[in-house]
Amino acid sequence: MPDLKKLHEAIIDGDWKTAAAVTQAAIAAGEPPLAIVTGCLVPAMDEVGRRFECEEYFVPEMLLSARAMKASMEILRPLLAATGAQPVGRVVIGTVKGDLHDIGKNLVAAMLEGGGFEVIDLGADVAPQRFVETAAARNANLVALSALLTVTMTSMKTTVDAFCAAGLRDKVKIMVGGAPVTQQYADAIGADGYGDSAGAAVALARKLVTA
Amino acid sequence: MSRLREWLADGLLITDGAWGTELQARGLTAGAAPDIWNLTHPEQVEAVARAYVDAGSQVILTNTFRANAIAMDGDLAAVNHAGVAISKRAAGQRALVFASIGPAGKLLAAGEIDEGQLQAAFAAQAAVLAAAGADALLVETMSDIAEGRLAVDAAKSTGLPVIASFAFDSGRNKDRTMTGATPEAVATAMAAAGADAVGANCGAGVEYAAALCRRLRAACDLPVWIKPNAGLPVMQETPDGTAIRYDMPPDFFASHYAALREAGASFLGGCCGSNPDFIRALVRVRCASS
Repeated sequence: MPDLKKLHEAIIDGDWKTAAAVTQAAIAAGEPPLAIVTGCLVPAMDEVGRRFECEEYFVPEMLLSARAMKASMEILRPLLAATGAQPVGRVVIGTVKGDLHDIGKNLVAAMLEGGGFEVIDLGADVAPQRFVETAAARNANLVALSALLTVTMTSMKTTVDAFCAAGLRDKVKIMVGGAPVTQQYADAIGADGYGDSAGAAVALARKLVTA
Repeated sequence: MSRLREWLADGLLITDGAWGTELQARGLTAGAAPDIWNLTHPEQVEAVARAYVDAGSQVILTNTFRANAIAMDGDLAAVNHAGVAISKRAAGQRALVFASIGPAGKLLAAGEIDEGQLQAAFAAQAAVLAAAGADALLVETMSDIAEGRLAVDAAKSTGLPVIASFAFDSGRNKDRTMTGATPEAVATAMAAAGADAVGANCGAGVEYAAALCRRLRAACDLPVWIKPNAGLPVMQETPDGTAIRYDMPPDFFASHYAALREAGASFLGGCCGSNPDFIRALVRVRCASS
């Protein structure tokens, strides 16, 4: 009998070794991979997000939980692909051109993955054209842009503009976030949404893909 | 009496404001590492330092925030050495030079880096900054107490006075660091690590600074360093394209002077969004209030 409650706890506690072991055991016991994701990983990461919102968790705890979730996902991903299960959405994420900061971006990427999205992480210092090309080639429906510096947040606008110029603006929703970014800035550059935390980013992404 | 306390014998010292945006105004491209300009555009870096000294800064920093081996590549010894030399030239006898040591940008807790790597990076940077003649070392914009402790240890080993300043920008009340540390936890840990002053810089903005200052001051018996942001950036369309600017007027920023002095600040300046006008405004308010 697979103990999915233990997997749920391992993710909330950030214990990747237990998360991986319980996932293996659950698969061996015949648990469907998609049921593990939707019934366990997604609610566990939602709980992590909730704890972040109410200040029980901060960035380090979230990263540990994300790592535990990833350990489980690495086992499940090939199995999910084999069953043809579709992700909630496909998101291309990166820190914009000129900006090398990736702590916040990594956190959002992990939370989105934990939220059931397929995440294509382009890393940091990503040129607008790379976002456009990757989104087109991978048929993504969401693009997530991060910036930590006031001096690089203008690259968000050039990235949004690049999607417009490529005629792909109506194919993707674009969400933005990062320390200096505000709702007002997101509105001003024509982004579809702004999240002020990694937890908020998941809720926003879900809203955007179902809109 | 420590050197730091001697400097503070006549009361609060006014420090400087932001450097990155000032360098951009002088041609630094968005996203380029400002620290490299110590070698490639020393005259522009010196112009920023001089602008702060001319505005009335009694303490100026150095353009070395990112110049540790984890955050940056290149000839870091040369970048750090030049950074101190430039600020000392601009300061002359008019201001003290506190050399800036910023965070590594990788998280210990996430396993992205280990303590040994951090220790080596901070020790190398601190040694060059001290040898180049800095008056004190400023460990700033820290989020993680463990990383801050390693940086303070490295800085202390030079024998210079050390200030440990954290960025409080998280939580509902903007009174936690990114890793969740409270002002009390920061002050206690940094005092135990041997810091000569503790502080809060960057973070959420000047309106939060007095409460943070009071809490840091109450949690340890050290002078407090305060260098808040001037509000949040907004976007502006200009003929040359899109520009980011901060919309807080210098006088509004300086209107917090009395509250911050009351809260126990010993060093006061500005972080992101501030410029020499903010320092002039602080100097004006101080003259008017003394």
